[in-house]
Amino acid sequence: MIQAEELTKIYEMGDSEVRALNGASFTIDNGEMVAIMGPSGSGKSTLMSIIGCLDVPTGGTYRLDGVAVEHMDEGKLAEIRGRKIGFVFQQFNLLARTSALENVMLPLTYAGFSGKERNLRAMRALERVGLGDRTHHTPSELSGGQQQRVAIARALVNEPAILLADEPTGALDSKTGVEIMELFQSLHRDSGQTVILVTHDSYVARHTDRIIKLSDGRIVSDEVNYHPITAGAPRPEEVLA
Amino acid sequence: MLFSENFKIALRALRANKMRSLLTILGIVIGVATVVALLSIGKGATASITSQIQSNGSNLLTISPGRQQRGMAVSGQSRQASYLYYSDYQLLQRSLSTNITAIVPSYQSSYVVKYGDQSFNINVTGVTEAYKDVHTYKVAEGRYVSDGDNKSEAFVAVLGSQTANDLFGGLSPIGKMISINGIKFEVVGVLESKGSSGFGSSDDAIFVPLDTGYDKLFGATATYNDKKIVNNISVSVGTTEAMDTVSAQIEFLLRRAHKLASSDQLDFNVLSQADLLSTLSSVTQTLTIFLGAIAGISLLVGGIGIMNIMLVSVTERTKEIGLRKAVGATKNQILTQFLIETMTLSLLGGIVGILLGVGIAAIFSATGLIASVVTADSIVLAFTFALLIGVFFGIYPAFRAANLHPMVALRYE
Repeated sequence: MIQAEELTKIYEMGDSEVRALNGASFTIDNGEMVAIMGPSGSGKSTLMSIIGCLDVPTGGTYRLDGVAVEHMDEGKLAEIRGRKIGFVFQQFNLLARTSALENVMLPLTYAGFSGKERNLRAMRALERVGLGDRTHHTPSELSGGQQQRVAIARALVNEPAILLADEPTGALDSKTGVEIMELFQSLHRDSGQTVILVTHDSYVARHTDRIIKLSDGRIVSDEVNYHPITAGAPRPEEVLA
Repeated sequence: MLFSENFKIALRALRANKMRSLLTILGIVIGVATVVALLSIGKGATASITSQIQSNGSNLLTISPGRQQRGMAVSGQSRQASYLYYSDYQLLQRSLSTNITAIVPSYQSSYVVKYGDQSFNINVTGVTEAYKDVHTYKVAEGRYVSDGDNKSEAFVAVLGSQTANDLFGGLSPIGKMISINGIKFEVVGVLESKGSSGFGSSDDAIFVPLDTGYDKLFGATATYNDKKIVNNISVSVGTTEAMDTVSAQIEFLLRRAHKLASSDQLDFNVLSQADLLSTLSSVTQTLTIFLGAIAGISLLVGGIGIMNIMLVSVTERTKEIGLRKAVGATKNQILTQFLIETMTLSLLGGIVGILLGVGIAAIFSATGLIASVVTADSIVLAFTFALLIGVFFGIYPAFRAANLHPMVALRYE
């Protein structure tokens, strides 16, 4: 569960300062599937990095599962990232020349699991995303969609509290993008996984149950989406802004 | 995270850029190989000089002219040349009796020596019969200079093995006439080889009777104030324990003969083989350290090469570092990863370098150019140095990697 209160983030750029976040408050419960939307420069990347414990806010409080993280040092933040957050990136960020299995094992290595346990968990995660037969392929031997599935398996392998995806379909064609959205919806529906999608694409956002819109570092709307799109349904011709 | 995993990551990263890794390692390889080879050659030179000196017979005292100089010469004292005289030898011969095996004077000068159309500049040494045994020469063919030769002032010469080879090729020189400074001498013997030391070969020599030399060959340069001079006097002492006593007796006798007051500085030196050894080994040791230091500089340059490549590597892999941090890697884990990568480079270079260095040393030994001795400590030294280079030049790039902000690193293009 995420509790954010009056989050601010100020970047010093020489003499001037940039307020990337300007008092954002919200709560996300366990098992929710939420989209954080906004145009570039709205502060959504900054918000994502704070939710993901990659950075700490300048002001306000941020509690992850009841633990305040805003004053934690780098080592503690790394530990929390490893245990509670699963990241999925637009560019997949897989290690080159490294097998799918080893890529998925990476978070477990840092978390200090034994070799046997790592293997077992990584295999399970790869099977969960439908790549049980591609474990020894390297990223260059996999399609874009398969690479993103490996990345999702890597995010899931630590059984994180939050799956945090940053434009996960941004580098994929629309058909593959739909497959990836199907996977997120299935993780949410079948396993009760908390999923947070960060996107600028309202069509992608409408696959979730709740849409938080950001503009100029403030939350401008936070609404329940009563009729989420089921991935795989035909995409309408015109995209709503 | 285990060392073996970091090592695996390091090997994978190095394999990814094979050519670059190879060239980087090459810098360390050359550095370490140079250290090992030069230290081995230095040690080899020390060993061969030591064995050369020891082959001259133990318990040998060598008296040579010259003031012992400590620091600068004292200005009041005139720096006039000092000499040892033939009369000094006669005095010692008369006065020393107990514990003495032999006393041998010698005078040495360089002359043009000719046989047929061959002509060389060779050191000609005037000696007595005992010289051979005191300096542990062995006769290969014919005989050595005898006391009878000295008495009769015979024109006979004994050749060192090198000289015999130079002048006569493979032929036997016995009975042949050679010309030394235009004077005919009959070759009566050839010596066995003693091998070369760092300071010229003792096989490149000609021996003639000392008395023949004084009267017919050396001329006026071998006298001072109408007294015959010698280059040095060797005293072979019976036991090691008697060395100090004999040395003191010699100093006492010669001080009186040279009319020196007890406060005056000696105008001659009495050196034992041990003294000579320690003097020469301090010289070769300095030389070895000097060579090692030069080789160390090349190792340093190799280390800078490693640092350069690791900095490039950190920049190239910024995104990877960001990802590793995102999935839970701590600062220390990133630091360790890159440090191990650098150390893998330097250790691989170290191992290959040691093999190459030992190989070079072996080649030098095999060709007989310079004797070399590979010792465990020079290998350990080179290896440790390579390791330290790895740590020293790896720490900065590793710090750069570890201190990257995860968000900034992830967004790096």
